[in-house]
Amino acid sequence: MQNNKNEIWAFLASVKLALFTFFALAITSIIGTVIEQGKDMAYYVERFGPGTAKFFQILNVPNMYSSWWFISMLVLFSLNLLVCTIDRFPNIWRLVNLDNLALELDRILKMPKRQVFKSQLSAAELHQEIEKALPGLSWKFESAELDGGRLFAAQKGNWTRLGVIMVHVSILVIFAGAIIGAAFGYKGFVMIPEGRSVKQIYAYDANRTEIPLDFSLRCDRFVLELYDTGAPKEFLSDLVVVKDGQEVLKQSIEVNDPLHYGGLTFYQSSYEAYDEVVLEIENGTSKAKKKFIVGIGEQVVWPEEHLTLGVVNRMGSRMAAFARGQVWLKSGEAEPVQFWVNSGQSALIERPTGNYVLTLRPLYATGLQVTRDPGVWYVYIGCMLMLVGLYVAFFLSHRKIWLYISGSGSGSTLHVAGASNKNKLGFENDFAALIDNLEQSGTLKLTKE
Amino acid sequence: MTSSLLFGIITFTYLAASFLYIGGFIFRSQKAGLVASVLTGLSFLVQTGAIALRWKESYSMGYGHAPMSNMYESLVFFSWAIVIFYMFIEYKFKNRLLGAFAVPFAFLSMALASLTGDEIKPLIPALQSNWLIAHVMTCFVGYAAFAVACGMGIMYLIKSTYDEKADRKGASLLATLPPLSVIDDITHKTIVFGFLWLSAGIITGAIWANSAWGTYWSWDPKETWSLITWFLYAAALHARFTKGWGGKRIAWLAIIGFLAVVFTYYGVNYLLSGLHSYGSSG
Ligand code: HEM
Repeated sequence: MQNNKNEIWAFLASVKLALFTFFALAITSIIGTVIEQGKDMAYYVERFGPGTAKFFQILNVPNMYSSWWFISMLVLFSLNLLVCTIDRFPNIWRLVNLDNLALELDRILKMPKRQVFKSQLSAAELHQEIEKALPGLSWKFESAELDGGRLFAAQKGNWTRLGVIMVHVSILVIFAGAIIGAAFGYKGFVMIPEGRSVKQIYAYDANRTEIPLDFSLRCDRFVLELYDTGAPKEFLSDLVVVKDGQEVLKQSIEVNDPLHYGGLTFYQSSYEAYDEVVLEIENGTSKAKKKFIVGIGEQVVWPEEHLTLGVVNRMGSRMAAFARGQVWLKSGEAEPVQFWVNSGQSALIERPTGNYVLTLRPLYATGLQVTRDPGVWYVYIGCMLMLVGLYVAFFLSHRKIWLYISGSGSGSTLHVAGASNKNKLGFENDFAALIDNLEQSGTLKLTKE
Repeated sequence: MTSSLLFGIITFTYLAASFLYIGGFIFRSQKAGLVASVLTGLSFLVQTGAIALRWKESYSMGYGHAPMSNMYESLVFFSWAIVIFYMFIEYKFKNRLLGAFAVPFAFLSMALASLTGDEIKPLIPALQSNWLIAHVMTCFVGYAAFAVACGMGIMYLIKSTYDEKADRKGASLLATLPPLSVIDDITHKTIVFGFLWLSAGIITGAIWANSAWGTYWSWDPKETWSLITWFLYAAALHARFTKGWGGKRIAWLAIIGFLAVVFTYYGVNYLLSGLHSYGSSG
């Protein structure tokens, strides 16, 4: 039993399994990029024939990235990573915390980089001078007695050995974030016509299930800006969050700049032009203003000004559904007038009862994509951890230096040894600089052996 | 002087530099190698200026955006990144022969760009994001490193094949190349560098998608292929750290990995459909 358990553990900790899952994930992932995902059955029957389509259905190829077998591979991958990390952690931790003074002298003197010096000073004098010289070096030394001599040890970047762990853990954190998002989040959408509010959104499922909000969201304005080529330049919505009758948040959103409120995020994603027209009219003298949303052929009344008006006709253009509208306006008892107004431009109307400035524009509904994703911050934290971890794992190294003074009588010997777990080239330069430093220092009276 | 004209000229100078590097390698001419280096360096400066010019042109047309938003512009940037990365390697390893295996990629990228529409077009709203710029830049720095790694892999395979055959003529020609162990080391270091940037590229892409659509990962073909590429290089790295893979196997992985890069970047736009359609429309 114990043996079995060890075998399973060893299997799950092995890099062989990791290489297998890397290739397996890479190769199977191709399927979903070649066979279109998320279509209905009829599409696959038509494209691939009923037999193949049936087979696809059994293996859930149409949604392969959430199929049982693909998810199983991801689970195996995570398990592999987790077990491997746990398995190797004690050893890495030991290396981080290793006492460099507690090594055997043999091993130290056989480190990959080494240099032996003779000094004219006695061992005791050299010890004294070295103690004085060390603070000027960029290494922080500790020292101890060893085999009748004096050992100094210093290291840099021992913590960088944790870089690998940061990278591996970061992947698990990202997966955790994705799982949290899938379990507790949802996606939906809502269309809000300009000037109106909504108290619910709709889920992206077949029934368009209604999801109530505990606040209401109003769209005060929607603006569609076009380039001179007619391509859309920017969609912009002025949104207002109203909670318990209070306006708690006002924000303009654009594509790439969403609104966050109450754990939900509202993204500008689309728009829809309605048949109605936004008609704004202002009394030129009193500056009294009124905004109407009118259908074509519909009549509205502004009682304070004794105005009756409406849009009786409209014309589109190649670029916009609504380019101009024909307005009918009756003021008091005077004869009614009819005139055309271009979309977005204002017209000045002089009537016996007063002057008015009138503007017309199409009514749009802003299309918002709504997301609740409580996992996204874990994903982001995981991503940052991964980048930092990769940098540490790839470009930083754990470097160690030892000095050993021995000798009796008038002369003495100084051994310098060093090792680095990575970036041997960079360490060679570090080591050479240290050797130079020691050799140049007149007080130590060293000569290379 | 327009940026398009400058880019056209640079396409030819990179071609000339490629020939000079290859010629210098085949005929073992130091002089040709030196001229190739100077030509590459000068072209690079002009290319840098032309990218800045294109940026300015987009502003004067009223569409102002960083020149990294369609297939043409990204190919130009790709070639730029290959060259700066290669020049660094040439400087660091003090070997001009490497250019024969790297600069042709910069030329090919420019040549491919010249087959693509070079118009400056306005950006649709979803593409107006600083994350997109960060995404394109990080991805292409990574891709450039992988292109150079692929060149090193090819060099490794050629040299090791000849070494095995002990073909006299070939061997004496290839003797001027760095020793296999050095090529292997450069390949590995280059992959490591590229992997860091590719990871950053995937991450910035995910952040961009999340800020535009509220979904950081949707398994669209482009995303999936970048992940496939990432897995391949992760496999190469692990095989090396833990199984001591080196030499030919890593050389092959460097080549296969780069084929995946090319497919992610170019193939997906033309062969598969997906969200990242900016390439095919631009
Ligand atoms: C895509 C996911 C992965 C990434 C990005 C990744 C990344 C890394 C990195 C950057 C290193 C450090 C290399 C160095 O020391 O310079 C590393 C080492 C390693 N990885 Fe992974 N890794 C991944 C998945 C895995 C998996 C699934 C395993 C499962 C066994 C694994 C096992 C190892 C081992 C054993 C080492 C060597 C650690 C050591 O030096 O003690 N990795 N990995």
